[in-house]
Amino acid sequence: MSRTRVLAAVLVATLFPAACGSAGTAPAASAVTVFAAASLTGTFTELGEDFEAANPGTRVVLNFGGSSALAQQIDRGAPADVFAAAAPVNMQQVVDGVGTAGTPTTFARNRLQIAVPRGNPGGITGLADFGNADATIALCAEQVPCGAAAEKVFEAAGVTPRADTLEQDVKAVLTKVRLGEVDAGLVYRTDVAAADAEVEGVEFPQADQAVNDYPVAVLADAPNAAGARAFVDHVLSGRGRAVLADAGFTAP
Amino acid sequence: MNRVRRRAVGGRLPVVLVLPALVGLAFLLVPLAGLLVRTPWGAVPGQLVRAEVGQALRLSLVCASLATVICLLLGVPLAWLLARSDLPGRGVLRALVTVPLVLPPVVGGVALLFVLGRRGLVGQYLDAWFGISLPFTTAGVVLAEAFVAMPFLVVSVEGALRAADPRYEEAAATLGASRWLIFRRVTLPTIAPGVVAGTVLCWARALGEFGATITFAGNFPGRTTTMPLAVYLALETDPDAAVVLSVVLLLVSVAVLVGLRDRWIGGAP
Repeated sequence: MSRTRVLAAVLVATLFPAACGSAGTAPAASAVTVFAAASLTGTFTELGEDFEAANPGTRVVLNFGGSSALAQQIDRGAPADVFAAAAPVNMQQVVDGVGTAGTPTTFARNRLQIAVPRGNPGGITGLADFGNADATIALCAEQVPCGAAAEKVFEAAGVTPRADTLEQDVKAVLTKVRLGEVDAGLVYRTDVAAADAEVEGVEFPQADQAVNDYPVAVLADAPNAAGARAFVDHVLSGRGRAVLADAGFTAP
Repeated sequence: MNRVRRRAVGGRLPVVLVLPALVGLAFLLVPLAGLLVRTPWGAVPGQLVRAEVGQALRLSLVCASLATVICLLLGVPLAWLLARSDLPGRGVLRALVTVPLVLPPVVGGVALLFVLGRRGLVGQYLDAWFGISLPFTTAGVVLAEAFVAMPFLVVSVEGALRAADPRYEEAAATLGASRWLIFRRVTLPTIAPGVVAGTVLCWARALGEFGATITFAGNFPGRTTTMPLAVYLALETDPDAAVVLSVVLLLVSVAVLVGLRDRWIGGAP
């Protein structure tokens, strides 16, 4: 008897917030929902906290993921206010899909860097080592932006990479480097900066061949257009630029 | 084994059961129908002959089957241990065995890296002593799938064992049969339907495995890119191709299951 009651209580406890949550997804004016590229995880979390502190009562809901997956979710009707992509091509998907309010603005640039586990056990010095069959290498799959950028730099360097794994996003490449499972991976400078306890960066000259522009835009059907505009302004502000620069981004 | 076909008890079907049953059926089938409706069927033959698709499909079937074999070899004895032995702390063990069911597969993959990765608890010795490195290999795919799928088999078989009447085993024991003989000749035939159900569940779970596989074994065409990984990456650029790939996987797995059912399972009603 008491067991059933406990079970019922647990059920109610688990179902109730869920029910409230789903009722609350059409956000009140106080929530700004931001879909941002996985490589913005650190900076946008910080900017979100800033924004919440500067606008009491406003909540920033952040959803990080691969830019193309996010673009698809938005085009399929995900209730987002702001979209920040790691590549203009993904922003274009949304411009062509549900549309944006105004032209997207480039707010940051990122470039690739070689990430190696601390101590560089594989002795990686440049892109040429990626063609070495003895080194264990992780790259992004060509379907995701970091993979497309990697292709460009390898072409510029005249190196055919011998990857052991083609990961689904840049964070997955970073994880493999962090855990020491691979000798090197190609990630963004910002990813190296974010993991500098476990990961070292190796610069290479061809990185200039694949500079990534990060566009941000308010979505045309943003449930909270005013909040979205304010958040984008915050990203473009001096404070926003400083946070982005700290994380390894360069200004556009 | 001879089967007894049971006739439905009583006349009218109770609405209390039929209504939710139909809702449940619709809930499971409608998304599937949605997938099939949206499938660009014209593109299916083209995808089937693409080399990468054939490769991914073959890899998926081989890895899922090998993973299932591993699960059977280890999982059935484990289920027996949980159901029949008087091991202390069996209840706790039983709960622990189901942990991989709850664990997000990606976390399962990371856990496998912690243990079997190049710097893992066990993996560092495998690498240093034998030069064996499991991540980024087909063997890694099999391991990741087995890790995620085995609980399904263990839970099914253990349930069957607990439901089976132990008196037959006791009778065999009084007639002087050894425990191994009893297991083979009495226990196993009794729980065969549970083992078959568990095997099918296990294989299906392994075939659809994504998170642990991509985390532990990575993604490389021909070596570790199984169909779910190919589907995920296709979704990045070409959602139509992704739908086609999933339908191909679906059709092949249904074909395999139906084929096996006719051949070995003896056409359960």
